[in-house]
Amino acid sequence: MAMAIRVFLILLLFLSSTNLGYSLYEDQVGLMDWHQQYIGKVKHALFHTQKTGRKRVLVSTEENVVASLDLRHGEIFWRHVLGTDDVVDGLDIALGKYVITLSSDGSILRAWNLPDGQMVWESSLQGSKASKSILYVPKNLKADKDDLILVFGKGYLHAVSGIDGEVLWKKDFAGESIEVTHIIQSADKIYVAGFFGSSKFYVYGLNADNGELLKNDHTVLPSDTFGELLSVSGDKFVVLDKIRSKIFTINIKNGEIRYKQKPISDLIKDSSGQAVILPTRLPELFALRIDSHVFIIKVTNEDDLVLVDKINNAASLSDALSISEGQHAFAFIQHESSSIHLFVKDVNDWSGDLLKESIIIDHQRGNIDKIFINNYVRTDRSYGFRALMVMEDHSLLLVQQGEIVWSREDGLASVVDVTTSELPVEKEGVSVAKVEQNLFEWLKGHVLKLKGTLMIASPEDVVAIQAMRLRSSEKSKMTRDHNGFRKLLIVLTRAGKVFALHTGDGRVVWSILLHTLRKTEVCEHPVGLNIYQWQVPHHHALDENPSILVVGRCGPSLAAPAVFSFVDAYTGKELKFLRLPHTIAQVIPLPYTDSTEQRLHLIIDINQRAYLYPRTPEAIDILQREFSNVYWYSVEADNGVVRGHALKSNCIQKVVDEYCFDFRDLWSIVFPSESEKIIATATRKSNEVVHTQAKVMTDYDVMYKYVSKNILFVANAAPKARGEIGTATPEEAWLVIYIIDTVTGRILHRMTHHGCQGPVHAVFSENWVVYHYFNLRAHRYEMSVVEVYDQSRADNKDVWKFVLGKHNLTSPMSSYYRPEITTKSQSYFFTHSVKAIEVTLTAKGITSKQLLIGTIGDQVLALDKRFLDPRRTLNPSQAEKEEGIIPLTDSLPIISQSYITHSLKVEGLRGIVTVPAKLESTSLVFAYGVDLFFTQIAPSRTYDSLTEDFSYALLLLTIVALVAAIFVTWVLSERKDLQEKWR
Amino acid sequence: MGVLLLRWVLAVTLLLTCVLGFKSDELLLDDEEFGIEGGRSSSFHSDSHQPSTAATSTSTSRKRFSESASDSKIQFTLQHAFGDSDFSDAGNFSARLKTWSHGGQTLTKLRFKRDPLTEVEQKIFKELLRGDDFYRIRLPSNVLSPPGREYIISSVKARCLPGDGLEEHFVIHMEGVNVLAVNYGAPGACAYPRQLKFPGKWSFKSHTVLKNSEQAPRAPIFAEDALGGEEGDGEAVKPIERSFWAKYWMYLIPLGLIVMNAVTQAMNMPDEQPGGQPGAPAQQQPGSAVQRGPSSGAVRRR
Repeated sequence: MAMAIRVFLILLLFLSSTNLGYSLYEDQVGLMDWHQQYIGKVKHALFHTQKTGRKRVLVSTEENVVASLDLRHGEIFWRHVLGTDDVVDGLDIALGKYVITLSSDGSILRAWNLPDGQMVWESSLQGSKASKSILYVPKNLKADKDDLILVFGKGYLHAVSGIDGEVLWKKDFAGESIEVTHIIQSADKIYVAGFFGSSKFYVYGLNADNGELLKNDHTVLPSDTFGELLSVSGDKFVVLDKIRSKIFTINIKNGEIRYKQKPISDLIKDSSGQAVILPTRLPELFALRIDSHVFIIKVTNEDDLVLVDKINNAASLSDALSISEGQHAFAFIQHESSSIHLFVKDVNDWSGDLLKESIIIDHQRGNIDKIFINNYVRTDRSYGFRALMVMEDHSLLLVQQGEIVWSREDGLASVVDVTTSELPVEKEGVSVAKVEQNLFEWLKGHVLKLKGTLMIASPEDVVAIQAMRLRSSEKSKMTRDHNGFRKLLIVLTRAGKVFALHTGDGRVVWSILLHTLRKTEVCEHPVGLNIYQWQVPHHHALDENPSILVVGRCGPSLAAPAVFSFVDAYTGKELKFLRLPHTIAQVIPLPYTDSTEQRLHLIIDINQRAYLYPRTPEAIDILQREFSNVYWYSVEADNGVVRGHALKSNCIQKVVDEYCFDFRDLWSIVFPSESEKIIATATRKSNEVVHTQAKVMTDYDVMYKYVSKNILFVANAAPKARGEIGTATPEEAWLVIYIIDTVTGRILHRMTHHGCQGPVHAVFSENWVVYHYFNLRAHRYEMSVVEVYDQSRADNKDVWKFVLGKHNLTSPMSSYYRPEITTKSQSYFFTHSVKAIEVTLTAKGITSKQLLIGTIGDQVLALDKRFLDPRRTLNPSQAEKEEGIIPLTDSLPIISQSYITHSLKVEGLRGIVTVPAKLESTSLVFAYGVDLFFTQIAPSRTYDSLTEDFSYALLLLTIVALVAAIFVTWVLSERKDLQEKWR
Repeated sequence: MGVLLLRWVLAVTLLLTCVLGFKSDELLLDDEEFGIEGGRSSSFHSDSHQPSTAATSTSTSRKRFSESASDSKIQFTLQHAFGDSDFSDAGNFSARLKTWSHGGQTLTKLRFKRDPLTEVEQKIFKELLRGDDFYRIRLPSNVLSPPGREYIISSVKARCLPGDGLEEHFVIHMEGVNVLAVNYGAPGACAYPRQLKFPGKWSFKSHTVLKNSEQAPRAPIFAEDALGGEEGDGEAVKPIERSFWAKYWMYLIPLGLIVMNAVTQAMNMPDEQPGGQPGAPAQQQPGSAVQRGPSSGAVRRR
C-alpha cells in the first residue's frame, strides 16, 4: 500500500516535471496540427513563362507578400512576407533573372533571385519628402549598357544598377515641388513628367548616364485636372479636366509639350454621368468609364481622339500584353447573370476576338476585381491565353480554355475575427455493412500498430502506419466527438467573407460572401468588424442549428451606419440581415439567453444610447429583470479616460423604441494627459472557468484568488515614450499599470515601471495578468506578472469555521464591498519581442496554464505559467520544490521544444485564439496571420485520456492471456485439490 | 528569503544614515502621512511601504530638495448628485501643497469637511434608498485649476452607505496635483441583496486616504546579487523540521490498517475456534457435527 502510494507520487512528480518540456516527436507532426499558407489579395502579377521549365507567376499582395506561384497548380514556389509597414509599391523583373520590388513608400528596393527567391541585393534609398513612388525598369536596353532601374520615391529620382543595387546617380525633385507621376525612357534620355498643382505640367529631360539635367519645359493647361494622368504610349498622356467634361491629350515629343483638348460629348453622343479614366495601360488606347459603360478611345498620331468601341457591363480590364512584334492583346470581362465572359482582343484590330470564353464561377466569390493575362502557344501554333483573376473575396483563380485550372482562397490571409461552433450531434443508426468494414479496418489498423510497437513492422508497414495516422478519418468527420476536438472555426475575413474551417484538417466546410459587407451604393466601403456566437442550442441541439452574428459597418469611421448578418453555422446560409438605423461603438454580449437560446446583445452607439438585440418582447423581459445589474465600461484611448456605465431608462425620443435605452456614467478615471497615455488594455475572457478559488501555500496557508469578471488591466506610457524604442531616454520613459474594477471604477492596483516603455502586450486570466514591455535601462524586453489575492476571505482558514458554517465563502460577492486585496508581482527578462500573447483555456480550468506567445519570428511559444510565478525564490525549500516552484532566474527560458508551431512559421502572425476542448487536459489553439495554424495542446499532458496510438490490441491480448492463465491455473489447482483429498 | 531580508536591512540602514545626515526631517516624515478624519485606514500601511530598491534613491532626492520645498494651502470641493440630479457642493477638501524645487508638486495633510445634508437633501436621499439608486460624487481632476480636464466621477448604490450614520470611504489616487480616480464607497461590506435601511443620524462619517503610485519590483539581476546570495544560503538551505507524523504518515496508515485487521481477526478467532462450544450462536450448533467434513476442508484451503 505504502509502496503504491510512493510509486504513485513519484510517477506524479515525474509527470509534472516532464510537462515542462512539452514537445512532440517527429512522426507526430501533422497528426493534430495543420498549417495553411496564403499570400493575400494580389496587387501586381507578372508572368514568367518565356523560358521552358517551370512556368510561374510572380505576385505582390496587399499583405505585403512577394511570392512566386506555380502556374500549373497554384502552389507557392517561394514567398517572402515583408513587414506590416513595408508596403510593396512596385514589382518588376530585371535582367530576366531578378524580381525587383520597391516598398516602404519608395525607400527600399530589393532584388530577389527569380528561381528560388533568395535576396540578391537590397538598397535603401534616402529621401526627404513623402511622394508617390514609381518603379521603372526599362525594357530592351542594349546589352552592353549597365542595366538601369529607375526609382522615384520621397522626392528623388534614383538610378540604380540592376546588377548589384548600387545607386549610380540621383536627382533631387523635392525642391521643385512637382508631383512626379511618370518616367519615360527614350534612347539615352529619361523624361520625368508630373504636375505642379493640378494644372501646371512639367517635363524634365535627363541624361540616362549621369542624371544631368538636359532641358525642362512646362505648360499650363487651361483648367485644373481631375484624377491621375494616364500614359497612353511612350510620350502621350491623357487626363480629364476638373469638371470631367473634357479630355486633354498631352504630347511630349523630344521634351517639348503640346496639348490638345476635346470635350467628351463630341466623342460620345448621349453621355451622361461622371467620366473616369481607367488606369489600364493600353498602347495608343485608353478606357473611359461612364456609369456602367466603358468606352475604348484611340489616340491617333495627330493626338486626335477616336471612339473605338463601347463595352456594356464591363467589370474589369487587363493591361495590354505584347504577343509578338507590333501585336498587343488585352482582356476584359463582362458579367452576365450566372456566368462571366472573358474576351481577349487585339489592340490594333478591333473587329474580331482573339478569344471569347464564358466561365461559370461560384457566386460566393463575388465580382472580378483584377485580371492579368498571359499568352502561350497552343499545339496548333496559334496563340492561347490564360487569365489570372483576383476576385472580390480576394481569392485567386487561373482560367484557361474556359475552365478554372486552380484557385486559391487567399482571403484567408486577412482574418479579422474568429469564433467557434460545435459540429452537429451524430445521428443514430449506422448500417451494419459500414460497421463490419470499420471493424475490419480497425482490427487491421491495430495489428499494424501492434507490429509497430513490437518492432516487427516492415518498411511498408511503417509507411502504412504513418499514412493511417495522417488520414485518421475520425478527425475530419462532420459530427461532434466525445472529446470535443472536432469543431468549426468560423472566421471573418477583410473581404467580408465568412469561412468555416474544420479543426480536423483545416478544410473549408462552407464559405459565404456576405452581401451586407459587399460594396453597394448604400454602403460604399463596408468593413467587417466582429463575429459573435448568436445562438448556441443545447436543449434542441439535434433539431436546431447554431447561428453566428457578423457585425459590420459601412465605412471606417465610427459614424457610419452598421449592418448585422445572421449566418447558420452548419450550412453557411445567411438567415437574415439588418441594416441598423444607428451606429456601433461597442457590442456587449450579455450573459443571458432567451428561450430559444439566442444570446442577448447590447449595442452601444456613438450617441450615448444602448440598443438591445434580439428585438423580442422576451428579451426585454429578461433585461428588465437584470436591469440594474448591467454594467460596462468604455476606454477612450486618445483622450486618456476610462468610463463606467449603467443602464438608466428607455430612450426619450420622438419615436418610441422600447429596445433603446439611455445610460449614465457611473465613474470616470481621467489620466493626466501630460504624463500618461493609454497604450494597452486587457480583460478576462468571458468564457473562462476558474476551478480553484484558493491557492494553498507551502506552509499550508491559504490565499484566496481575487476572481472577478469585472476587471480591467490598463497600461499607460509616458507621452514621450509612445514612439519606437530608442526615441526616448530612460529618464523620460515610464510605464504605469492599473488594475481596475469595472463596476465601481476602483483602482485595485497601480504600479510604475520607471525607464520602461511599450509596446505592451498583456493577457488577463483568473487572478493574474502578464504583460510584456521594453526596459530601456536594461536594454531588454521584460515580462511582468501581477497576481491579485483577496484578503477579505483570508480568515477562512480554520477548519472549525467551515464545520460550524461561520465562513463567508458562500455569501454573495458584491462589487460594492470595499476590496481588501494584496498583490504579488515579479518581473523577468524575456529575449523576444512579442506580436501576440494568449493563455490556454480548458473546459474546467483544472489543468495548469500555459502562456502562448507569438514571437517576432512568427512562431508560437508555449511558456508554462509557473515560470511567471511571483513566488519564485532563489533557493526554494524542499516543500516549495515539491509544490512546483522553480528557482528564481532573471530571464525566462526559451526551450526550443516548446514551440507549438515546431518547425513551421505562421507568417505575419496577428492573433492567437484558444478554445477549450471537452477533454479537460486539452486546449485547441488557432493562430492566424498571413498563414493559418491549428493544433491541440495539453499543458499538463493528456492525463485524462490514452494517446492516439495506444495499442488496444495489445491490451486485449494481455487480458485474454490473463483470463486464459486464470482458467488454466484454476483447473490445475482443482486437480491438485482433488488429488490431495484422495490421498 | 534571506537575501531579500538582507537587502531590505541594507536599504533601511542606508535610508537611516541618509536621514541622520541632515538636521530636521519632521516635514519629511509628514510627507508620508495624510490627514485622516474619522479614523485611520488600514490601507495606509500597504501604501507607506516603499520597495527597498527605491528607498535609497528617494531619500537622497528628498535630502536635496527638502530645504527648497515650499508649501501652500489649497482647497477643492467635493460635489454630489442624487441619482440623475445635477451636482451640488457637498464638502471641502483642504490640503497642503508642497512644491519641490525640481518642479514636482504633491499634496499632503489632506483634511475633509463634509457639509451637513439639508432637509431637502435628506428627503432626496431617502428616495434614493427606496429606489436603490446611485449616489454620485465628483472631484476636479486637477486640484490647482479645477475642474481640470474633466471631473472625476464615482458612484455607489445609496443603500451601501447607511450604517449608524452615513459612512463613506474615499481613496483618492493622485499623480502630482492631478486626481486620477477616486474609489468611493462604504468603508466595509455592502451585503447583496441590499436591504432598505435608513441611517440613524443624517451626518457623514468620512474616511479619506491619499494614494500615489508604487514602484514596480525590478527584475532580479544576478550579477549583483551573487555575493549577497551566498551569505544568505546558510540559513535558507536548512530544511524545515517536520513532525514525525508528517514524515511517516504513508507508512503509519497502512501499518495501522494492518494492525486493525489483525486485531479484528484475532477477535474473530476465538469465535470460530470454539465453533461447537458454548459461546457460539445457537442455530449453528445442530449443523456443526454434520458439516465437519467440509468445514475442515475450508480451513485447510484457507
